[in-house]
Amino acid sequence: METTFTPFASTIGGLLIGTASVLLMLTLGRIMGATGILAGFFTPASRDDFLWRAAMLAGMITGPVVYLALTGSFPAVDIPISTPVLLIGGFIVGIGVTIGSGCTSGHGVCGMARLSPRSIAATLTFMVATAVTVYVMRHVIGG
Amino acid sequence: MRILIAYVIGIVFGLGISISGMANPAKVLNFFDVAGTWDPSLAFVMASALAVTFIGYRFILPRPTGPMFEQKFLLPGSKRIDAKLLGGSVLFGIGWGISGFCPGGVLPVLGTGKIEVILFVGAMVAGIFAARALMNFRSPATPTQA
Repeated sequence: METTFTPFASTIGGLLIGTASVLLMLTLGRIMGATGILAGFFTPASRDDFLWRAAMLAGMITGPVVYLALTGSFPAVDIPISTPVLLIGGFIVGIGVTIGSGCTSGHGVCGMARLSPRSIAATLTFMVATAVTVYVMRHVIGG
Repeated sequence: MRILIAYVIGIVFGLGISISGMANPAKVLNFFDVAGTWDPSLAFVMASALAVTFIGYRFILPRPTGPMFEQKFLLPGSKRIDAKLLGGSVLFGIGWGISGFCPGGVLPVLGTGKIEVILFVGAMVAGIFAARALMNFRSPATPTQA
């Protein structure tokens, strides 16, 4: 399935993602990693810890609603695979980000911005693994 | 105050994900499909997010007073590049390559109410707990999250 090249919108979106990361470090002193925020939400260290995580997740979920208010439609979410395959992918993502201690936002943006060798290694690893998986799924298995 | 700040930052992040295209698996998968229907948009997301964060952190992290509403910066301390980090990252990449959703990309679009998104997050959370159970079984230490 073809998608339109959107360098302008993608840059604006990236600037906002970066701004959120900077603001979270400035105010609450934390890494803007979706994995860490979500994982800590289920097993918070304290009541306060639970509350800011819950508020952050509520804010994230409000994001598309603000997008709807600004543009008149929700952001496009096109899922080009079957639901069972999607769920297998989700389960593997959950395992991977837990064992690997982070994902695209935590390692790829915040960790790379700190020039953390761990995050640089993790990001290079998952980017290559993702590219290989997409190639196999689409051009080897999918044909 | 902390709660309000976290909520607003969440909105900025969620709006950024929505505008960027990271919420759209078709677009994410096309970024990696150089041999097929390639869409380089996501390079612009990564580059601009990284540029803002890199510059912002340079000003914030040296602050002698630390963050505004916390005693100190809470940064991952581990420096070890080990099999756990790399193996976990390979698995994440496989899951991301299958589905097109990463955690930061999928959490905001729960707000669209799409049933597939809710199911995906359920499966992802199940994976998080499965991995924790596995790691606790092997070594009863609490993992640190980036």
